[in-house]
Amino acid sequence: MNVTLKIWRQKNAQAKGKFNTYPLKDVSPEMSFLEMLDYLNMQLTEQGEEPVAFEHDCREGICGTCGLYINGRPHGPMRNTTTCELHMRSFKDGEIIYIEPWRARAFPIMKDLIVDRSSFERIMRAAGFINTNTGSAPEANSNPVSKIIADKAFDAATCIGCGACVAACKNSSAMLYAAAKIAQYAMIPQGKVEAKDRVDKMVRQMDAEGFGFCSNTYGCEFDCPKGISVDFIALMNREFLSSKACKQKHG
Amino acid sequence: MQQLNSKIPEGPLADKWSRYKTSLRLVSPANKKKLEIIVVGTGLAGASAASALGELGYKVKAFCFQDSPRRAHSVAAQGGINAAKNYKNDNDSIYRLFFDTIKGGDYRAREANVYRAAEVSNLVIDHYTALGVPFARDYGGALDTRSFGGVQVSRTFYAKGQTGQQCLLGAYSSLNRQIAKGTVKMFSRRDMLDLVIVEGKARGIITRNLVSGELERHSAHAVVLATGGYGTVFYLSTLGLGSNASAAWSAHKKGALFANPSFIQIHPTSIPVLNDYQCKLTLMSESLRNDGRVWVSKEKGDKRHPTEIPEEERDYYLERRYPAFGNLVPRDVASRAAKERCDAGYGAGDSGLSVYLDFKEAIEAQGKKAIQDKYGNLFEMYEKITGINPYNQPMRIYPAGHYTMGGLWVDYNLMTTIPGLFAIGESNFSDHGANRLGANSLMQCSGDGYFILPNTIGDYLADEIRTGKIPTDQQPFKEAEKAVKEKIQKFMAIGGRKSASSFHKRLGKIMWDHCGMRRDAEGLKKGKELLNELEEEFWKDLRIPGNDREINQELEKALKVADFFEVGRLMCEDAIQREESCGAHFREEHQTETGEAKRDDKNFAYVAAWEYKGHREKPDMHKEPLRFEHVEIKERSYK
Amino acid sequence: MALAGIFLMLFLVSHLLTNLLMLAGDGGKAFDRAVELLGHPAVKIVEYLLFAAFIIHIVLGVILQLINYNARPVKYKKAPRTEISTFSRYMFHTGVIILVFLVIHLINFFFVRLGWAPLPETAAHSHDFRPMAVALFQNPWYSGFYVVCMLFLGFHLKHAFQSAFQSLGLNHTKYTPAIKIIGTLYAIFISVGFALIPVYFLFFYSS
Repeated sequence: MNVTLKIWRQKNAQAKGKFNTYPLKDVSPEMSFLEMLDYLNMQLTEQGEEPVAFEHDCREGICGTCGLYINGRPHGPMRNTTTCELHMRSFKDGEIIYIEPWRARAFPIMKDLIVDRSSFERIMRAAGFINTNTGSAPEANSNPVSKIIADKAFDAATCIGCGACVAACKNSSAMLYAAAKIAQYAMIPQGKVEAKDRVDKMVRQMDAEGFGFCSNTYGCEFDCPKGISVDFIALMNREFLSSKACKQKHG
Repeated sequence: MQQLNSKIPEGPLADKWSRYKTSLRLVSPANKKKLEIIVVGTGLAGASAASALGELGYKVKAFCFQDSPRRAHSVAAQGGINAAKNYKNDNDSIYRLFFDTIKGGDYRAREANVYRAAEVSNLVIDHYTALGVPFARDYGGALDTRSFGGVQVSRTFYAKGQTGQQCLLGAYSSLNRQIAKGTVKMFSRRDMLDLVIVEGKARGIITRNLVSGELERHSAHAVVLATGGYGTVFYLSTLGLGSNASAAWSAHKKGALFANPSFIQIHPTSIPVLNDYQCKLTLMSESLRNDGRVWVSKEKGDKRHPTEIPEEERDYYLERRYPAFGNLVPRDVASRAAKERCDAGYGAGDSGLSVYLDFKEAIEAQGKKAIQDKYGNLFEMYEKITGINPYNQPMRIYPAGHYTMGGLWVDYNLMTTIPGLFAIGESNFSDHGANRLGANSLMQCSGDGYFILPNTIGDYLADEIRTGKIPTDQQPFKEAEKAVKEKIQKFMAIGGRKSASSFHKRLGKIMWDHCGMRRDAEGLKKGKELLNELEEEFWKDLRIPGNDREINQELEKALKVADFFEVGRLMCEDAIQREESCGAHFREEHQTETGEAKRDDKNFAYVAAWEYKGHREKPDMHKEPLRFEHVEIKERSYK
Repeated sequence: MALAGIFLMLFLVSHLLTNLLMLAGDGGKAFDRAVELLGHPAVKIVEYLLFAAFIIHIVLGVILQLINYNARPVKYKKAPRTEISTFSRYMFHTGVIILVFLVIHLINFFFVRLGWAPLPETAAHSHDFRPMAVALFQNPWYSGFYVVCMLFLGFHLKHAFQSAFQSLGLNHTKYTPAIKIIGTLYAIFISVGFALIPVYFLFFYSS
């Protein structure tokens, strides 16, 4: 099959970018989307042009490195699918495919389709952990956790930190990302102890990074490659409000 | 010849570690603050080590090439993490975990290290649980386990098919905690390009900032490599595309011995190659073999749709050949058996290079819901990649390069032959012998990082409390940086026509064909020659567009590929000298009448540790004899 | 935002119920009695709260919109192709339309009551809202405008109702679907309820 690619090219963070058009012939429907880009890059390299810079690593949908905005959708047209898991059989012969980087103030572009997601790191560093030292853990089964809760915490914990929620949100909000971690810990006994403090710190950091606010359009859930539910955002809101209500307790 | 001292403590096996620990010297809290440690790599081993060292009060600098530590390839481990908790009351114990690992590794691992890994495995599970890792639980709220290849107990803790992700995120959270506290400084988007040695000790590293292209010097009192394996030497592998050998290889070139390089695990259950531009093979967790049955048609070249092949015409070859373990034989055995069937012409699919993994019976017996609960995400992944729904028809699988048991040689302290340079996790060689058992890698990485290295490194650093801050304007730092700079300029100046990946792909094919699942002396020699030829072409015809003072992914790739030529040659060299078959290393010349691996314990019960002698120079081999005092060496049988 | 919104939603219910009394067929007696209640001190207090709620809701809405707009300085070339509810994406836009309506509405009624706007000829005194409304609604342009605004109010409310619950963290696997249905019914009830009045006075009423 043949496709026409319209790809955002931008030399570096300061440069002004633009769309370049690349007609690509003999694409196999069995190729993954990123293999199709590899194929383009191989041709560009051999022609002496600079290949398109994009990030990727595991190519099996778990590391969260890849993330392209494809034809108006983060990670492309398939639901619950990362860019690397997307295959060309999901496109039509002759299709024009727009490929853009994530766009958000908090995700500045570094080159072509690579964005800087260190704002996500700082949210996690604010309090995305349980304060426990190596060696101080009690026997693993001393704290039973109901299967239902454990499974729910797992669902929240499957976030891969790719940033599709921010890319999908009309407000570039990172609520789903923060909520997934906050909810995971708030639900289980190990994390409950400092849940209030955690939500306070992480939400404050999130706001400081320049993400937008949530207006409950649920675009994040729709485009999350791991299908993480906005229920966790509600849980975070609840935790946040109650942390405000009893703030004096932990100052 | 360098004397290898593995520093294995004396005494009964079960007491070695606890006794040894009490003899290790300590560093006082006040002095820890003055000591710096570099940790390269932030996977399960690196992140856990960096956070544990930070907790102790050392000044840690952690490095990764990814934008975030959370993306290290430990994230892709699927099936589980082993521990000797005996929660299932199935008579499991630390000794049994130790024994299974030694046997699984085909008696080519060090007893004392393996026992220690088994010993700390229970602490690892406790720790991850405290960190909030959502392991699977049963209805009473206790942790659940499942069984894995090569063992007869159920000791594998899991979080659906994403155990690696969940453990890594746990370690990442503890790392973040230390970053927030200021004990760990995180340097992401950095490639380690060289090790700096000052007066015989590892004192720092040279990194390339992958955003600005700048070369940076970082100094420390000790350097810890947690840089994973070199499985991408096959190009097509289950690893992340960024995984590479370069950091470990730069240490090897500076004098660290490299042990058992040819021990590289081929994982039996990966999705087969579907197109010519493929650069990655996706693993389907070994845990699938708990419920899936492996088969091929009894008829050669059978092109029928798998659902049309009746029961009596199917050859469940693993169950046939290995009735005791059946579909749960260890990885090396399962991989070779699959290759044997395919080579004999019974393989499935158009290429004939795949076998079936069938869940029909399990779905009938347990219901679709139960199977979905256990493997839902794997089934989805399979469908996304192949477009085939495995609930309705069997999966097709084929072996793929996966894990390297070989790696930097380390002693009992996890220190390499360079004083002050430590290697943990997959980057060292110590715990898995010639074949790794499933769910043992998460166990080893976490044990090394959280519970072993933080103790042993103190013993080394106790001598460093008077050293003071290490300046980076010393001659060795300047020289190392200059060498790296020249190397990069050399790459940029080639100006050929071909991309780095195109060379990598060809290199991988050479390795797969000549140093893969089945090897013979002639093929290995041929492989070496082909590598030499390709390497020459590489240095003539490589093209790297752009410049080196910016993000340049082609340059990053080329630097890695260049090292793989050398890694590949050393693998062949090692495979040639090892005139026996053991674990993942199978020499055609050494097999039993039934086609099983034939070990030679009399002549080859040693670790081959290689010393670098220069580019294209024949490396020196050092032997560390393996003594088995607590297990009886037997033929490894799963029949 | 959500709390003010919930208060406004409650207000809308009481406002609508009062307005519907105009259709009671008793020549507006019940409606007039309800209007008289506006003078009660307790209602006065609620009235101030109401103003506060409006102002908070509007000011916060504008601030959030500015921040949200700023959170993505460069927009996507290819418009987002998400299959989520369209109403939710345009809360600010529907909000602005409602604000415009609100201003006109205040001029027509509330300002008259306060004596800031001249008393229309049809009304006997500044609290005599029914004749004022009747006169306005018999203008097809005004009625049309009113109905369209109520339609947008409905869109706004459809999302607002369940969104308020989400923002306050009041979600539940069992009840959230019900809340969504109630929200839709509420939005239909309010918008259709209000829209009925001009339709009635335009087509079915003759003085």
